Amino acid sequence: MAQHSAQDTHDSHGGHDTHGSHEGHGSLKSYVIGFLLSLVLTAIPLYIVLNDVLEGSAANVVLLGSAVLQFVVQLFYFMHLKEEGKPRYNLMVLILGLFIVMTIVGGSVWIMTYNKVG
Amino acid sequence: MAQSGNHSIANSSHGHGHAHDDGHHDLEALRMMGFWIFLITDCILFGTLFATYVVLNGNTAGGPTPSELFEMPGVIAETFILLTSSFTSGLAVLCMNRGDRKGLIIWLAITALLGASFVSLEVTEFVKLVHEGAAISTSAYWSAFFTLVGTHGLHVSIGLVWMISIMIQLGRHGINSVTKRKVNIVSLYWHFLDVVWIFVFTIVYMMGVM
Repeated sequence: MAQHSAQDTHDSHGGHDTHGSHEGHGSLKSYVIGFLLSLVLTAIPLYIVLNDVLEGSAANVVLLGSAVLQFVVQLFYFMHLKEEGKPRYNLMVLILGLFIVMTIVGGSVWIMTYNKVG
Repeated sequence: MAQSGNHSIANSSHGHGHAHDDGHHDLEALRMMGFWIFLITDCILFGTLFATYVVLNGNTAGGPTPSELFEMPGVIAETFILLTSSFTSGLAVLCMNRGDRKGLIIWLAITALLGASFVSLEVTEFVKLVHEGAAISTSAYWSAFFTLVGTHGLHVSIGLVWMISIMIQLGRHGINSVTKRKVNIVSLYWHFLDVVWIFVFTIVYMMGVM
């Protein structure tokens, strides 16, 4: 066990940014950048909604846009999606899942919008 | 159960002399991926709840509407608390990769504390909503609201229990490849809950008060 942890310490000293060595490791820098970006991406919608800067669909686009961007930020900086090894199964499963979610949400909204007639 | 898992894995890695590190690592990596697949199915669960919420949005049956009842200061506090806890769970993983058990447990404890304050803020909010006449049975809108936000809150609560049990395991067994994988998984789960909350915050609260 001591051997294991010694090796790991060595590992994290060896490669700074680009070590996609084993599982997702990441560095303090990437976590701090991710956290700051998330804070900014949360502050933008708050500013817009609380001060009534934008209205209607423009506001919706900015709100959803910042949410999606924050999702991407967390995927890369916190969940280390980019550091995955070659057969990128995690990415593939993620894309499949997102496709299903889009179909469910988009399909439901689409159908129910035109359901008002019936 | 978790303990027996620890033992069997420790045994298998020591027993097979050939390529013990590789096979061992593959197993843990496979388990990480299994958890990732679970997260994606959880994503689909939340997707259906979001779809329901969006479809039922506005169907308040003449009862209270979200823009009347939502109180943003509490929600904003919840958002920043969960965001910070996502960051601190990342710091816990960094401590673990350095082999710093004490730091790891401290950051996990901070994460769990932040998670607990998130849950208590949410419960306070729910109680207040019910007192103001918006219960889960009030209208289609509030049913969808409580189901979506409540399911997320339930996930966070489960994550709390899980995190505490991992802290106990870390205290007993220290950082080994099994506890390491468990910390990686729980922090992945925690980041995921933060991502889901971002969408709850945007779609339910921000668009609700707009």
